Amino acid sequence: MFRFVLSRLGFLIPTFIGITLLTFIMIRLVPGDPIEAQAGERGISAARHEELRKAYGFDQPVIVQYGLYISRVLQGDLGRSFVTRNSVASEFFELFPATVELSLCAIIFAVVIGLPAGMIAAVRRNSIFDHGVMGISLTGYSMPIFWWGLLLILLFSVQLGWTPVSGRIDLLYYIEPVTGFLLIDSLLSGEEGAFGSAVSHLILPSIVLGTIPLAVIARMTRSAMLEVLGEDYIRTARAKGLSGMRVIALHAFRNALIPIVTVIGLQVGVLFTGAILTETIFSWPGVGKWLIEAIYRRDYPVLQGGVLLMGAVVMIVNLLVDLAYGIINPRIRHAR
Amino acid sequence: MTTEVLQTPPIAAGTTPAAAPPSDLAAFWHDFRRNTGAVIGLAIIVVVTGLAVFAPLIAPHHPDRTDSTAFLRPPVWQDGGSWSHLLGTDAIGRDLLSRLIWGAQLSLSIGVAVVVLSLVSGVLIGMAAGYFRGWIETAIMRAMDVILTLPSLLLAIVIVAILGPGLANAMIAVALVTLPHYVRLTRAAVIGELSKDYVTAARVGGSSNLRIMFKEVLPNCAAPLIVQASLGVSAAILDAAALGFLGLGAQPPASEWGTMLADAREFVLRAWWVVTFPGLMILITVLAFNLVGDGLRDALDPKLKR
Repeated sequence: MFRFVLSRLGFLIPTFIGITLLTFIMIRLVPGDPIEAQAGERGISAARHEELRKAYGFDQPVIVQYGLYISRVLQGDLGRSFVTRNSVASEFFELFPATVELSLCAIIFAVVIGLPAGMIAAVRRNSIFDHGVMGISLTGYSMPIFWWGLLLILLFSVQLGWTPVSGRIDLLYYIEPVTGFLLIDSLLSGEEGAFGSAVSHLILPSIVLGTIPLAVIARMTRSAMLEVLGEDYIRTARAKGLSGMRVIALHAFRNALIPIVTVIGLQVGVLFTGAILTETIFSWPGVGKWLIEAIYRRDYPVLQGGVLLMGAVVMIVNLLVDLAYGIINPRIRHAR
Repeated sequence: MTTEVLQTPPIAAGTTPAAAPPSDLAAFWHDFRRNTGAVIGLAIIVVVTGLAVFAPLIAPHHPDRTDSTAFLRPPVWQDGGSWSHLLGTDAIGRDLLSRLIWGAQLSLSIGVAVVVLSLVSGVLIGMAAGYFRGWIETAIMRAMDVILTLPSLLLAIVIVAILGPGLANAMIAVALVTLPHYVRLTRAAVIGELSKDYVTAARVGGSSNLRIMFKEVLPNCAAPLIVQASLGVSAAILDAAALGFLGLGAQPPASEWGTMLADAREFVLRAWWVVTFPGLMILITVLAFNLVGDGLRDALDPKLKR
């Protein structure tokens, strides 16, 4: 197992170097001088300009500059926002819980509905239910989620008035951030109605963000189950006289789980992509909206640092998913 | 026994009645047609393509012409709607139906152009990786891993942020993001094919490397590439629309569907039609390409048949 972890970690390093190269090159391709960009419209004296050039290492060869960048990144220094002057890393980690909370609710929504739907579709293959699930999931997979969000707002917030249009919680409440997860913090605060408000703000964004993962999970569960249901050991289990439910739940589902877990793990990238759009639609104060606003404001350090951190998070989650298979499936662990 | 097997089996009605085996195309169509969803998807694509090609003839109004007497006019079946604007008008009095029809032209061109761009460059890069191996392959595949690690829209946003917003840059960004799929497919196919006897035979016959790659190997790995390309069109339309929605793709007054939605966002409370119809067009078109992609995969790639 130790070797397996090491080999996975070894695979991670070149990818991480690649991402830092990308963000390093990115900032150099942006038109204009980075120091002047930072100075803004006030301008800057030639002497101060030279001083800053030295301070940032811009007078060094490119390869040295890259080395300096890497060493700063490894020390957790991702620069400061042009706009707020706050450290990029601290801004990211302040907003990150909001994105995680939304993503977790979305993936729970997707799994809770997608998994049983895919299983039942596989068991009742070619029934109306099966065709319905497959049709709906292909539609969900093709969904432009930024439009889907607007439609849901139109129906549930505007027409029916059931859910709020935007934000994380009603403006009436001020919740002291403890964990950063509003569902938990609002309970801890003990304020009446705060938790309900947080939940009602979460419902629509979670559905929107969970739609594509839901479609993918339902399709994958169905095909994984179909494959397993055709295996000999399922026939053996049935021949032994086990009940249909027992065969499906204990024998088939457990073996279908590996591709399903894989697919759920792969949704992390999808969730981040979706979070950028979902947070923009619902004014959800997470890292996706923060990045988009950084582009509008030409806040390049935020863009550079944010992309690097998001890439790192996706990499780490992918690594955890990889390690999880190793635990579920010994064949992967011992394979060379 | 053997004589029975050797006799030509009766061919299903509808295909070539002659004793000759059906051509590749006919066999493909026979497989494809059995998938109802794929046929529906194909029909939708034909209709949308028709709208795109004949947009100047079909669209009742010029897509950018504003009508100062009809701001946010609802569709014809609602109170206040009129026959001159079947699907209503937007906030500055432009005819929604006309803009949607012209938008088909824009969105389809985006989809096709992006796929051609990433398919051609992906095949070339993938071939280089599969053929040369060694450090070239390692460098290429690591670069592709980096692209795949970053969420696709995030990377596209970064590229657009560097190049500046606009349709052409958005298309380059989406093409780059989808590149790894083609590179991986081509490389895997090339490595698989190169060890086969027919390649050795071609080499013994004195064919040049380039000739072997394009004449022998490429046609043999075409099927997965075609499937990926048809699914790629839908992904490209969706991503380009998302960029347009974020204000990073096609710029107003272009009647790109995603850009139209971005304009419509602030009217979501007052005018449902400006929000509903552009998104519906995106959904229908993307769904059609996905249906056809699924059908193509089933018809072209028996290994993937479920």
